[in-house]
Amino acid sequence: MRFMPHTESDIAAMLETIGAKHLDDLIAHVPANLRARATINLERGCSEADVVREISALAARNTGASGFVSFLGAGYYRHYVPAAVRAVVARAEFATGYTPYQAEASQGTTQAIFEFQTLITQLTAMEVANASMYDGASAAAEAVLMARRLMPKRPVVALSRALWPEYRATIRTYLSALDGIEIVEVPFDDATGATDVSALDRIANDRLLCTVTGYPNALGVIEPIGSITEKTHRAGGLAISATAEGIALGLLRAPGELGVDIAVGEGQSFGLPLQFGGPGVGFMAARLTHLRQMPGRLVGQTRDRDGRRAFCLTLSTREQHIRRERATSNICTNHSLCALAATVYLSLMGRVGLRELAERNVELAHQAAAVLEVAGIRRRFSGPFFNEFALKLANPSAALEAAERRQILAGVALGADYSELSDALLVSVTEMNHGDEFSRLAAAIAEAR
Amino acid sequence: MASAGRSSPAAAVETPSTTKRIEPVAGVPLIFELSSEGRRATDLSPRAAGERRGAEIIGAELCREDLPGFPELSEPQVIRHFMRLSQLNFAQALQFYPLGSCTMKYNPVVNDELAALPGLAGLHPATPAHLAQGALELLARMEAALAEITGMDAVTLHPAAGAQGELTGLLMVRAYHRKRGEVRHKVIIPDTSHGTNPASCTLAGFEVIVAKSNRRGYLEAAEVRRLVSDDVAAMMVTNPNTLGIFEPEIQEIAAALHDRGAMLYMDGANMNALLGVAKPGHMGADVVQLNLHKTFSTPHGGGGPGAGPVAVKKHLEPFLPMPRLKHSGAGYAFDAERPDSIGRMRSFHNNFGMIVRAYAYILALGGDGLGMASRLAILGANYVRKRLQPHFPSATGEPSMHECVLSHDLEKRANVSTLEIAKRLLDFGIHPPTIYFPLVVPGALMIEPTETESKEILDSFVDAMERIYDEALNDAERVKNAPQTLPVSRVDEAGAARRPILRWEKKA
Repeated sequence: MRFMPHTESDIAAMLETIGAKHLDDLIAHVPANLRARATINLERGCSEADVVREISALAARNTGASGFVSFLGAGYYRHYVPAAVRAVVARAEFATGYTPYQAEASQGTTQAIFEFQTLITQLTAMEVANASMYDGASAAAEAVLMARRLMPKRPVVALSRALWPEYRATIRTYLSALDGIEIVEVPFDDATGATDVSALDRIANDRLLCTVTGYPNALGVIEPIGSITEKTHRAGGLAISATAEGIALGLLRAPGELGVDIAVGEGQSFGLPLQFGGPGVGFMAARLTHLRQMPGRLVGQTRDRDGRRAFCLTLSTREQHIRRERATSNICTNHSLCALAATVYLSLMGRVGLRELAERNVELAHQAAAVLEVAGIRRRFSGPFFNEFALKLANPSAALEAAERRQILAGVALGADYSELSDALLVSVTEMNHGDEFSRLAAAIAEAR
Repeated sequence: MASAGRSSPAAAVETPSTTKRIEPVAGVPLIFELSSEGRRATDLSPRAAGERRGAEIIGAELCREDLPGFPELSEPQVIRHFMRLSQLNFAQALQFYPLGSCTMKYNPVVNDELAALPGLAGLHPATPAHLAQGALELLARMEAALAEITGMDAVTLHPAAGAQGELTGLLMVRAYHRKRGEVRHKVIIPDTSHGTNPASCTLAGFEVIVAKSNRRGYLEAAEVRRLVSDDVAAMMVTNPNTLGIFEPEIQEIAAALHDRGAMLYMDGANMNALLGVAKPGHMGADVVQLNLHKTFSTPHGGGGPGAGPVAVKKHLEPFLPMPRLKHSGAGYAFDAERPDSIGRMRSFHNNFGMIVRAYAYILALGGDGLGMASRLAILGANYVRKRLQPHFPSATGEPSMHECVLSHDLEKRANVSTLEIAKRLLDFGIHPPTIYFPLVVPGALMIEPTETESKEILDSFVDAMERIYDEALNDAERVKNAPQTLPVSRVDEAGAARRPILRWEKKA
């Protein structure tokens, strides 16, 4: 019981103050039939050393976590995490505080969130960003709900089919209970892998609520967000972009520059470990005119009584603890510590470094594609790509198996989510990959053909 | 700095009021204000000679020109900036943090190390299942442990936080009724509930009916029988409720709901009172969400990440969100073939990093330790309640579980509000309790000491509260001007909302 400081005499003294004899007297009012069956049949507690041994043994069985050359991406990306990021988020002063309800006792957390909000607005070229969401997929779902609050009479939610399958699925779940919503899928062009902008014409009318497009998309392609936004706006709808690879925003034209109304995404690439898929951190940015319908926490700058700059949670009349059933969202706990990691990471990368890193990702990915092409392995799509691209393969699972035998995780087969793409393997290349790995990948895939 | 002109310049707790206050860390500039063009904190390995730049490769028309305003600093500046910011926070590791309903217990530090093991932190979510068997087995063991702790049949670890767990549970309830050909529109929620409950109902497409708790602070089965109908899908009950009282009629309430085909959703936010004391499954709950960042000790992170597993009875199992873990001869894998599932709530599997920490916590305490944790949490709450009784009487005559809700007469006697009491506590190095909640108690102070705080800490909290009571009567200005020992004095929250400044902007 090393986490509980009570000595026998403490317990006795406390019970005496209360006027009870035994600890169980304090729960005597809980119905006896419940207490009688309440014993937790788990093993007895153990030492810290035993806990470490047990969890380490499980960790060691995750053979895919190390020792492989990896090209896995598909929504979560392998990037170098500077030690400085871990040093900051490990601080108990950040890690063990609650949501900063008491502003005076939380200036560190609130200022860091204010900086996070600013960084996200700079990255997206939008006017306002919130304090974080759970992840990219739920942020995308919340963006659609926000659009719905802004234009409640429009029913049609247009999801690009090249938007991440998990984002589409999450949006469907979040909307499943609401009346008057029609979800349509906008196809992608089989040659380029980009959303088929002309297909938008059929739904670009006054029933269109919003379009949701991946940027880059789930096939690795950099979408023509500008044209999609223009068509969406012509119909009076709201354009939502969703970015799973945040590093791309260091180089690609910003969603705000391209007219996007709500820019959401996943911030895992900003200094968070892969951690088997979570926790990551969702971000959401929008136009100032839409502020009142934004979900989630917001930190604002203000003054203290002595006129000093200070920060606090603000505009909470949008939120569940005040508005209850009329709140903009039910979100309460978000992913604050992950947003802090992103804030430190982006501060370290900086104005020049983030762009250089993004460019390096482009360079390496294109180098890899070129090496594969020389070996006769072609890309599935012709559209422009950032650090991820699909290969056209007769049998992607055979390629994956052949690569695994050579200690390579070659990528993610797209056929599992796209029946029409049973010939495609999504390969992700980051600054963690090196030139000689590309020829190893090419050799492994060539072997499987 | 104690400003001149105040009638009673309140000073730091143990400092004479004439001493000029030394600010521990004053006015940390924003990271953007520390920036200088040309500085950098990262270096990439050099590009090969003659290699084309990324922007050239994809074409300038796809690229932005710049990242205006983005910071430019060296690594030591970045480190110092954030380390200084950290010093401006209260935190569980530094202070007594009896924030009611939030279960701010000690977060074992070894658990952070374990989550960071390369085999867990470096595992990509798309790793083939046969190369991730350790992680999958950990998840399976965690599901089984939570099922045992709650007395439920099946568990999903998918939801990212308690509120997302609530939404997950409600969508499952909805799907269950629809599968049986019933469309039910309403959910009953007690007037003492957390705000997330009604907000989740709206998202799940339900209308809220409010049930009133009785004068003693709990729900009567009679009230539930009065409200329940064939149009009620479920009732959401937090047990113990937000007054810290075990709902004595919970089994009758479950029966009243079940009689009409409605379900009992139990909000497990207050599970820290129930470990080895009573299992939601035995109370009649059909679905319960847990908050790993409360009961199971994962650090709250200044507002997350948490994790919100949902436990259900057999009849709701088909509706659990995807992906589901399954076990076969080939080991563990995720199952995507579940036709009745409500679908997915988020990317990938779950907040794995938090689940590792919570599982390590459960291993450390074991069944016996968990039971002791709840008993000592209950001991602490009742001890504080008893000792504060003379000046801060309990809002209820019923026995307290893991937290107590107190009120006071200082508003009437001295025009000192609960908020002001809370702010004054900060000067004693104590994080205030949750205040003005639950809504049914005017000026409420909701105190949750948790089992990881010693008797000495609780005694010093009681002393501080009593001293504040005296100050309110004899030197009210000192209380009203609190805090005086923190990096900032009282923050103008109304001003922040009136003229929202939500980001830093470069001066033109």
